[in-house]
Amino acid sequence: MKYEELVHRCFRCGYCKFTEDYHDFNCPTYRKFRFETYSPGGRMWLIRAWLNNEIKTSERFQQILFSCATCANCVEHCVFTFKDDLVNIFVAAREKLVSEGIIPPAVRDYLKNIYIGGNPYKEPEAERGKWTEGTSIKAFEGQEYLFYIGCVGSYDERAKKIARSVGNLFLKSGLSFGILGEKEHCDGNEVKVLGEAGLFQYLAERNITQFKEIGAKKIVTLDPHALNAFKKHYRELGATFEVFHSTQILAHLIRSGKIPLSSYEARVTFHDPCYLGRHNGIYDAPREILQSIPGVELLKMRQNKADALCCGGGGGNFFTDILGGGKDSPGRIRVRQALDTGAQIIAVSCPQCAKMLDDALKAENLTERLEVLDVSEILNRALA
Amino acid sequence: MVQLSFDAHLCKTCPTGDCLVKCQYLDVDREKAGEEMVKISEGKDSFVLQDCVTCYACEEYCKRGNHPFYLITERRQEKGILVAPRAITRQWVNIGEPQGKYKVGKIRDKVLSLGFMPEYLESVKGELFEDLMPSYVFGQEFFCNVVYIHFADTAIIKQRLPRVIDHFKSLGVREVVFMHDECYGAFASLAPAYGMEVPFKAVHYFEYLYQRLRDLRDKIRPLRLKAAYQRPCSARLCPDKHHFVRDIMNLIGVELVERQYQDENALCCSGILSLCFGYDIAHDVKARNLADMVKHGAQYCVFNCPACQNTLGAEVAKMGIRPIHMIDLCRMAIGEKSPNGVRPT
Amino acid sequence: MKNILQALADAVGRDYVSDQPEEMYFYARDPGLMPPHQPDYVVVPGTVEEIQTVVRLASREKIPIVPMGAGMALTGLIIPLKGGIVLDMKRMNRILEVHEKARYALVEGGTSQGFLKSYLEEHHPRLRHSIPDSPATATIAANVMIHGQGRLTQQYGFNSDMVSGLEVVLASGEICRIGSCAVSPDWFSKGAPFPDLSGLFLGWFGATGIITKIAVKLYPRKKMRDVEIFLTDDEELVPSMIYELTHTEMVEDINIFVQPRPMIFRGNHHIALFFTGDTDEELEFKRKLIWHALDPYIKSKDGGFMGIPPVMKPTLLDMPQKSVSRFADVKKGGGFEYSGPIILVEKYPQCARKIVELAARYDLGYSGMARIIGRGHSMMYGFAFTFNRADSEMMARTRSALCEISLFVLELGGVFWKPTVEEQKMALEKMDPNTRALMKMIKANLDPLGIMNPGNWEVA
Repeated sequence: MKYEELVHRCFRCGYCKFTEDYHDFNCPTYRKFRFETYSPGGRMWLIRAWLNNEIKTSERFQQILFSCATCANCVEHCVFTFKDDLVNIFVAAREKLVSEGIIPPAVRDYLKNIYIGGNPYKEPEAERGKWTEGTSIKAFEGQEYLFYIGCVGSYDERAKKIARSVGNLFLKSGLSFGILGEKEHCDGNEVKVLGEAGLFQYLAERNITQFKEIGAKKIVTLDPHALNAFKKHYRELGATFEVFHSTQILAHLIRSGKIPLSSYEARVTFHDPCYLGRHNGIYDAPREILQSIPGVELLKMRQNKADALCCGGGGGNFFTDILGGGKDSPGRIRVRQALDTGAQIIAVSCPQCAKMLDDALKAENLTERLEVLDVSEILNRALA
Repeated sequence: MVQLSFDAHLCKTCPTGDCLVKCQYLDVDREKAGEEMVKISEGKDSFVLQDCVTCYACEEYCKRGNHPFYLITERRQEKGILVAPRAITRQWVNIGEPQGKYKVGKIRDKVLSLGFMPEYLESVKGELFEDLMPSYVFGQEFFCNVVYIHFADTAIIKQRLPRVIDHFKSLGVREVVFMHDECYGAFASLAPAYGMEVPFKAVHYFEYLYQRLRDLRDKIRPLRLKAAYQRPCSARLCPDKHHFVRDIMNLIGVELVERQYQDENALCCSGILSLCFGYDIAHDVKARNLADMVKHGAQYCVFNCPACQNTLGAEVAKMGIRPIHMIDLCRMAIGEKSPNGVRPT
Repeated sequence: MKNILQALADAVGRDYVSDQPEEMYFYARDPGLMPPHQPDYVVVPGTVEEIQTVVRLASREKIPIVPMGAGMALTGLIIPLKGGIVLDMKRMNRILEVHEKARYALVEGGTSQGFLKSYLEEHHPRLRHSIPDSPATATIAANVMIHGQGRLTQQYGFNSDMVSGLEVVLASGEICRIGSCAVSPDWFSKGAPFPDLSGLFLGWFGATGIITKIAVKLYPRKKMRDVEIFLTDDEELVPSMIYELTHTEMVEDINIFVQPRPMIFRGNHHIALFFTGDTDEELEFKRKLIWHALDPYIKSKDGGFMGIPPVMKPTLLDMPQKSVSRFADVKKGGGFEYSGPIILVEKYPQCARKIVELAARYDLGYSGMARIIGRGHSMMYGFAFTFNRADSEMMARTRSALCEISLFVLELGGVFWKPTVEEQKMALEKMDPNTRALMKMIKANLDPLGIMNPGNWEVA
């Protein structure tokens, strides 16, 4: 297994489970399951035992590995020098399971759907661009930016609204951009974190070739997960294009006066998506957008930025739901944390977080008191 | 070439006894000054050997070409008179021991030596250092070891310095810009005085900064602020470079406040005093120095030596004076650093 | 056994019981060097009532039951030596009350040091508790159960001396309150003025009962905190230096460390002195007194205060000190283990020489760390060795070195802190026979079936 030389170095001291100030446990699976085995230290010790044949590949072991939301709270708070590789180690163990063909059915189904149909929704690839219907968003033909949507924004009803919302703002601002529509392919970030390295490489190389062929030099992604794949893993495969998240572009457009704003009165709290924040260090852009809207009062959740609690959708769980629901599921804890701030709106900047927290609001019966909106959707409400 | 020899005859005829009379830490009159120096040179005991705080200043006070400080240092060493507690000396000797953990940038003819001051890697950026970076060296392997003069241990300097010179030699560099007075002094004067051949030209970073600022003159926006300069002990090893402080300040529009403890009268940052002599003297010197800065309206305290900055940085900040390193001040003048809320007068 | 699993599930909920190989593997061991032994079940209870039900079940079925906090003692005290149930207490982590004026906090038995610290900083910024340097996941209850020490130990003694009340579930499943809380709603004293029954539980590692609630004393938290480090190369002088320092009554905490790496630390003894103040003036006053206390040693050149680089300060002032955990990976191997006897401060020179001697003989990376307990009444001397978990030979050498220390400590008049089962036996053997008999009587009466963390404090 890749990173095998690191697994024995965990002392299981447990700093990885906490926020920086020890305010609360912040590992999504540990918060839910409460056995040490579901914490980063537990995983490290079990992976080692598994590699040494001291435990077998059981269903529970698979659950322990695949429930990890790869949220990188452990990477942020581990005290050892190998901290940066913690998520990589868990993904490497998943890769080994995938290569041995022993994976939970939900993971298998996700990967199969991508392999066969190109997306996890079992929808035709030709319908990837359907979300643009009724808008004047154009196909990419050499504009300054390629707006990359990803599977969730292309097919999920909630996420499609977010794609339209961002698209609308780009149009309003006069940004030169186009989309791939039916020619877009899955970015593969979740394929990668679910351990299917071969399929990921195929997807990545196909995308890199396509982006090169059509001359896309600047890519703006709707989904932080795609941003992550492009920024980190595509680079390793030779990609040279620049990548931005939509919030970075929107913040820039607001700064340069291209998005005229009136006001929108609301108390808003911002939930940091793991793949935007901890994984890629983008904390300020979405906040800058919110703060630029007259009337928006930005309230801080106790756990924010590098200490934000994951919505529970990371690491493929958005599709596989191995982490699962219940009152201690991270999504539900997160909306309760948002409620504590006195906010009316939970702002997000990731289509996966939007859906996860929407579902959590319903489960918590909070839909009357709170609303989950993408930063762009709030911006649209504030347009002059 | 600098000779570090000592001629007692010069003391016997010295009309001023400046070396000890001007000393800020010993109370000695003209007559006594001559007597004590002669005693020391003759190998006799003197309270000076016990009480000298190693500020190096007598090297500068003596205008007759003698080297009182090196004499005191050598005698202390011969007699086994410790300046610092044994454990402190050991700690410092340990710190300078090469560990194979040095860093070398992209070496060209001209190289910047960060000595053993890792904090500088963050500072030596931007246009001022365009000519040099990333041609730099850092680590104990390139550390001049002159700090051990403070501990009256020239033996270790003489033992380690040739190896350091060899390390530079193996890089094949022609010119080295040194980021510390001690380093510059080590290669510009001490090594030759010890009979070691230095195969490159040593440049003081003040001189380098001054030249670069002249090149970048168009970019300078005068800072229009008042600053005190904390002159380090080691600046006495290269008094001929001290004028660059004023030259640079003039270029960047900084007014050096005319305070009591400046230039030749500079006070020790107190770091070495607390290491070697305890609370009272260190506290007294520090308090006088800070009060002097405040009294003369300094907004900034400009540091040269990182040890001074470590010792005094937080203290000056408490008095409402912003601590800043000379490099950062220069970078501020060409717009690379913001003044962080300190309003220019 | 299926019935037991079901019964446990009925008690705490199916999600919080496991008999699966993954949990059995993990909960069979702690991060130290003691041999593992698997439990039969791991249970993560959420309430005192659930614990009572589990204990009654264990009692009925004569199944061993082992309470566990974070498992950071490293000496195997949470390893279920005879199988049975491991009770992972960390789901019970609520802070139930902080009495600001009476300066105590009442928390559940699985509350971590980190939680309480963070809670106090946020809600009671003028109060603090005595934080140990074990990782922040370590629990308050487990720490006093092993008579841990913390940042306020030089001032107020062992952390267990700062307990002001306990709620315990006995082997019978009954709840028992210890201290003022037994007769009053207030948790201000663990015993006085009545007979102090806390000794029936503290230091027993769960062999006499399970702590489900604990009140600990809180102390003034000053706005500022600083640290100075005094160096000496002469271990013989350390006890006198400590005597002078403790006399000032100005110091919060005194730690003495000696370690070969990094080079800056080689060959010296470092007396780290932490002190606090609400104003610059107060802090400076204390600093001055502390420095003056050691003036004679500076004059004689036997010691001096080092200049602490500003970048080093946050590491030193960290609570808990994360660097303590980092020691585990010095050999890139994720392990360390230490023997930490409680012993007179005047034995410092012998201890300091012993660790260097053993490290050399067994070729081990080491760190010696003493923490002064009370005003020099004793100290904990930690003989710590770091090892590579993937190197069984190095682990064996570490075990041997630690065994030698056990013998050395007893001979020197020290007593074991959080002793391994072997050390417990050694201590019981050396113990006054009447004391031993008293311990036996207590254990037999509180745990007649021998199900409470069996193997620990068992008098033959």
